[in-house]
Amino acid sequence: MIRFDRATKKYPDGTVAVDELELEAPTGQITVLVGPSGCGKTTSLRMVNRMIEPTSGTIWLDDTDTASMPAHELRRKIGYVIQHAGLFPHRTIVDNVATVPYLLGTGKREARSRAMELLERVGLDPAFAKRYPAQLSGGQQQRVGVARALAADPPVMLMDEPFSAVDPVVRDQLQDEFLRLQGELGKTIVFVTHDIDEAIKLGDRVAVLRVGGTLAQVAPPAELLSRPVDSFVAGFVGRDRGYRALGFTESGALPTHDEPTARLGEAVPQGHDLVLVVDGEQRPQGWLDPASARGTVEESDLLRGGTLATQGGTLRAALDACLSSPSRRGVVVDEQGRLLGSLTAREVLDLIERDEEPA
Amino acid sequence: MIGDTFGWLTDAAHWRSTNFDTGIWDQLLAHVGFSAIALVVALLVGLPLGLWIGHTGRATWLVTVVNAVRALPTVGVLVLLVVVIAPNFYGRTNAGYLIPTEIVLVLLAVPPILSNAYAGVQNVPPAVRDAAFGMGMTGRQVLARVELPNALPLIFSGFRSATLQVIATATIASYVTLGGLGRFIYDGLAQQDYPQMISGGLLVAALALSVDLLLALVQRYTVSRGLTGRLPRAGRVRREGADSRSAVLTEELASQGAR
Amino acid sequence: MSTAAAYAVPDLAAHVVQAASSSPGAFFSYFLDNRARTLDWLWAHTWLSVVPVLVGLLLALPLGWLARRYSFVYPPMMSITGVLYTVPSIALFVLIPPLVGLDPLSPLQVPIALSLYSTALLVRVVADGLAAVPQDTIAAATAIGFRPVNRFFKVELPIAVPVITAGLRVAIVANVSIVAVAGTIGMTNLGLLFDEGFKLSTDTPYYPPIVLGIVLCVLLALVLDALVVALDRSLTPWRRAVRR
Repeated sequence: MIRFDRATKKYPDGTVAVDELELEAPTGQITVLVGPSGCGKTTSLRMVNRMIEPTSGTIWLDDTDTASMPAHELRRKIGYVIQHAGLFPHRTIVDNVATVPYLLGTGKREARSRAMELLERVGLDPAFAKRYPAQLSGGQQQRVGVARALAADPPVMLMDEPFSAVDPVVRDQLQDEFLRLQGELGKTIVFVTHDIDEAIKLGDRVAVLRVGGTLAQVAPPAELLSRPVDSFVAGFVGRDRGYRALGFTESGALPTHDEPTARLGEAVPQGHDLVLVVDGEQRPQGWLDPASARGTVEESDLLRGGTLATQGGTLRAALDACLSSPSRRGVVVDEQGRLLGSLTAREVLDLIERDEEPA
Repeated sequence: MIGDTFGWLTDAAHWRSTNFDTGIWDQLLAHVGFSAIALVVALLVGLPLGLWIGHTGRATWLVTVVNAVRALPTVGVLVLLVVVIAPNFYGRTNAGYLIPTEIVLVLLAVPPILSNAYAGVQNVPPAVRDAAFGMGMTGRQVLARVELPNALPLIFSGFRSATLQVIATATIASYVTLGGLGRFIYDGLAQQDYPQMISGGLLVAALALSVDLLLALVQRYTVSRGLTGRLPRAGRVRREGADSRSAVLTEELASQGAR
Repeated sequence: MSTAAAYAVPDLAAHVVQAASSSPGAFFSYFLDNRARTLDWLWAHTWLSVVPVLVGLLLALPLGWLARRYSFVYPPMMSITGVLYTVPSIALFVLIPPLVGLDPLSPLQVPIALSLYSTALLVRVVADGLAAVPQDTIAAATAIGFRPVNRFFKVELPIAVPVITAGLRVAIVANVSIVAVAGTIGMTNLGLLFDEGFKLSTDTPYYPPIVLGIVLCVLLALVLDALVVALDRSLTPWRRAVRR
């Protein structure tokens, strides 16, 4: 656990970057600090490993005052990932990852074999080990940055906008892998970003800071979206938040209707209504308009684009399945991707309204 | 003229010293000798100072001061110091010429070494320095393990530039009656023995080129391949280096001086 | 030698003090007595410092463009210019005449040698300066409709000016110092003041010509450097706008 206890950073010119911050980052969870520029989120993060010394207040690492030990010893116990990765250009990838173990006096052989494991863990081919940072793309460098922070197996990790310098597709991929990795490792993580979507996607808890370095609200993402404490948080969280909040509500058992189906290669059925086409294992492939197809059902006749709702998924996924379906009937599947049935947007809205009735 | 020069150079008598004349080998040794002394002193002074200034960001005015020294005309300073110092040693040893020469040589060699070491450390990307501290390196470890190796390319170019200036100026030291390969140039000039003069020029040029080549080789095997860009073609990522290359160029330019 | 040096220190200090205190008067009277000759030398020194840099720039622009345009030209060109810049000036002075067929002590050898130096230095500067022009800018210029020649003179070259003028400053300041070296082999310029000072100091030190030479060389270097800076500023008004 990391605890900010009235942590304050004032600069000699009078600027207050962080003002009496009270915040807890629970063990094993991802706490995201988010806010506009100038809100002191990076300063707060950097006060934890004392890259910036607080002017007053204390930051606790479990029961230890972070100011009670030499800064470099503290930092070796805390993983640190920054925006441009900051890999050492003169060292190979494997030696970059082994930096902290080397500092702690781990033997070369042991440190390197651990580094190799970590490279694999973050999804990098071991062939990269002998290369230099200049030979890697931005996304690959950032993976190495994460591996390097994990090398000494620190219980705590600080991440300062680690994914903001890569393109959106790679960012999405890195975020997913980061969540998978955290699922395996369960580190205590403080994560800084200016991107509210990233905060909501990654955070177990999201702390919104306002300019001047004060805490506006700290809450799980769903609560932040559904119950912002004031107009600043509401404005920062942005539009579509009602819709996005549905992404945090489990749908429970979805009431489904049987949906007539056709199979690829079979004769085109009669009628005017769109028909769902499935494969041999009942997995939905797309919709077919009987009026515009002849003979047998071919791949090329299918209308795609509808999303699928998984039974036990979120209300957002269920509603989206309805709205995106060419037939307006949302397709529900089980965890193996097999067709269970369909439902309409109206039925999902009923579920939402029932869900929101005061308990 | 070329034939005469070739003849002069291939005359074995010119290579060995006699009672009256110092041969090429001994002059070469002398030339390398006082160049080496000056470079070692300049390196001991300039390198730690430059690294320290770059690492701490303190006393940067020193870099400006040291660079201003470059506007001084080498010959003038050499002659001035000889005239000031030499009479104190009159008739005793050649220390009267050696000391001012060494002072001038050190004075010349310190600026490129110091300012390039400074610039090399300064040029380390902020993210890299930040990461190094964030990993838990102490200030000294950051300097030794991150800043110094990353500054090496610029440090080398500064040192090579210093070496060339020292070798060139050591040649001019022969003008103030010191030994070294410049002796052949100025003696040849005085005696209107042009083959000797041209041979002297050739020998000096050959010395400068071979020393620079030697240093280039040392550089090649000391500087990390991650910095030089000498990487296997397959794995090379598109170079974004135009900007950083011109940044380095500016530093390298500044280290070039009068020969 | 250490005992000799220790012994020498008080004497040395005395000499320095003497050099400093006695010089102003002697220094000015020396200058006034030899005014015409000194100004001639200063004039010669100035020409020898400036003209080779201009020649070098004229040669370096097309060569640097070539090295930038055809990447296979870059490495060999940098090797050749690097080797050239490695040769000490005094050696280059005495090697030029036999190479180009001049008299061993032709007055042309100094400007030729200095032009070679300046070219060697500036080729790389021009090539790297052009390489630093953002690709986006070049693409935009092409898209607007610039033809290659026009684009070079109106877009690429102006953007490369700061890098090129940085190179010009180094070349011109270095030249002032190198020209003085040519004085030691009897070429007419301020270096002759050092030669004269050295010869007049055989028995007792005589500082005025030496100090005068150093002062004039430094002043000349500063003035020429300032001129290049002024040129740079007038050619790149957009940088001044940002600097504020």
